[in-house]
Amino acid sequence: MTMGDHELKLLGMWASPFVLRARLALSFKGLSYEYIEEEIFGNKSALLVKSNPVHKKVPVLIHKDKSICESQIIVEYIDEVFSGTGPSLLPADPYERGVARFWAAYIDDKLFSSFMMMIKGKTSEEKAEGRRQSFAVAKTLEGALKRCSKGKSFFGGDNVGFLDIVLGGFVAWVHTRDILSGSKQFDAGKTPLLAAWERFCALDATKAVKPDVEKLVELSKMRQARDDAAAAAVSQSN
Amino acid sequence: MSPSGVKLIGAFGSPFAHRAEVALRLKGVPYELLLEELMISKSDLLLKHNPIHKKVPVLLHGDRTICESLVVLEYIDEAFDGPAIMPTDPYERAMVRFWAHFMDNKCAKPFMLSVWSEGEAQKGFLKEVKENLALLQAQLEGKRFFAGESIGYLDIVLCSLAHWLTVIEEATGVKLVADDEFPDLRRWAKEYTSNEIVKPCLPDRDRLLAFYTAHLDRYKMIAKAMLQQ
Repeated sequence: MTMGDHELKLLGMWASPFVLRARLALSFKGLSYEYIEEEIFGNKSALLVKSNPVHKKVPVLIHKDKSICESQIIVEYIDEVFSGTGPSLLPADPYERGVARFWAAYIDDKLFSSFMMMIKGKTSEEKAEGRRQSFAVAKTLEGALKRCSKGKSFFGGDNVGFLDIVLGGFVAWVHTRDILSGSKQFDAGKTPLLAAWERFCALDATKAVKPDVEKLVELSKMRQARDDAAAAAVSQSN
Repeated sequence: MSPSGVKLIGAFGSPFAHRAEVALRLKGVPYELLLEELMISKSDLLLKHNPIHKKVPVLLHGDRTICESLVVLEYIDEAFDGPAIMPTDPYERAMVRFWAHFMDNKCAKPFMLSVWSEGEAQKGFLKEVKENLALLQAQLEGKRFFAGESIGYLDIVLCSLAHWLTVIEEATGVKLVADDEFPDLRRWAKEYTSNEIVKPCLPDRDRLLAFYTAHLDRYKMIAKAMLQQ
């Protein structure tokens, strides 16, 4: 690798599960890159606005001055461009690829929305409903894992693949919720395969990029306090 | 050797099912079309093969099942020989996937709500729709199709702009796009809808208009629910 000359840059934010996906992909492929942190509560940087004018969101991968946005698209891009480097993330077979993409879309649709409801729900009923949904989604993913892993450790089989990385992006959030709620999201009694799948977190390539869960817990509490204060202000002014 | 026997579970008027049909036709893959009557009930076949979402399209290829139109498009491109639907360059592939995602995730809701809502809210959504259309038009870059000289992935994904948009305008009486707006998109829409491969699997315009007119109340309810989310 050339010194200091990064043809790859990643705009990110340390707590974002979507950024984590991109970092996981780069980590598992063994690719080096310049990481540029966006401030959580600050203004969006000029570089972010320039490279993702449509959404102004992280992650953004910048490869030789070309910008690639959307975490799953970034992961596929990395896999295609750097096909000779490190393991392949997407399966080789078109049908297996279709299956992986289907479940990846499901994760971003159903798992993400249930988490958002759980965390951002305006009432305790809504939050409880989010939690219920998250367990139902986990149960469905358990079936997906059984189908995709074919008895092996990961969605990708013996090795980590696209779907492991897509779900893997959420793993720090999941652990954060586990701590805050006092019970496990991927409960070994309800979803044994998913519980075992969390071995993903012990892999070196994951550990290299996974954010500190204690910091995430702190951030979560801080965000919750802000949301509660904002809600209280609204109800007081009425 | 791929398994033979392709069936497509679709429904009249579904732009998502249309996407899958066009792709199969572009590849020259023979298929059996099974039509759902979604407003009445969902067939056992649909529920069996898409238990998660219970939606069309569902592609059955031998004993394989593929759901979600964007996933189906890429599968068709990869599993069958014939002209390429996706670009070959990884960056171009990332770009068309980005705009497909934009269409399905960012455009659908304001589009729905710009025709089916009212008052100040509607004005806001209308503005958003025009911003979205401007962004999409910019991707044409004066080309005949988004993919260049012939139809490709993004042309297929954006099919509802080519055919469904004016029908919905007529059914609801809401003009989203003035006659002098977005000339490049209009030109592209004509090219797309008159294409020999596309034309036979586009829903008949009059029948589509009648369909939307008959189900106005239902769509208004869906839009109302969306607004409250």
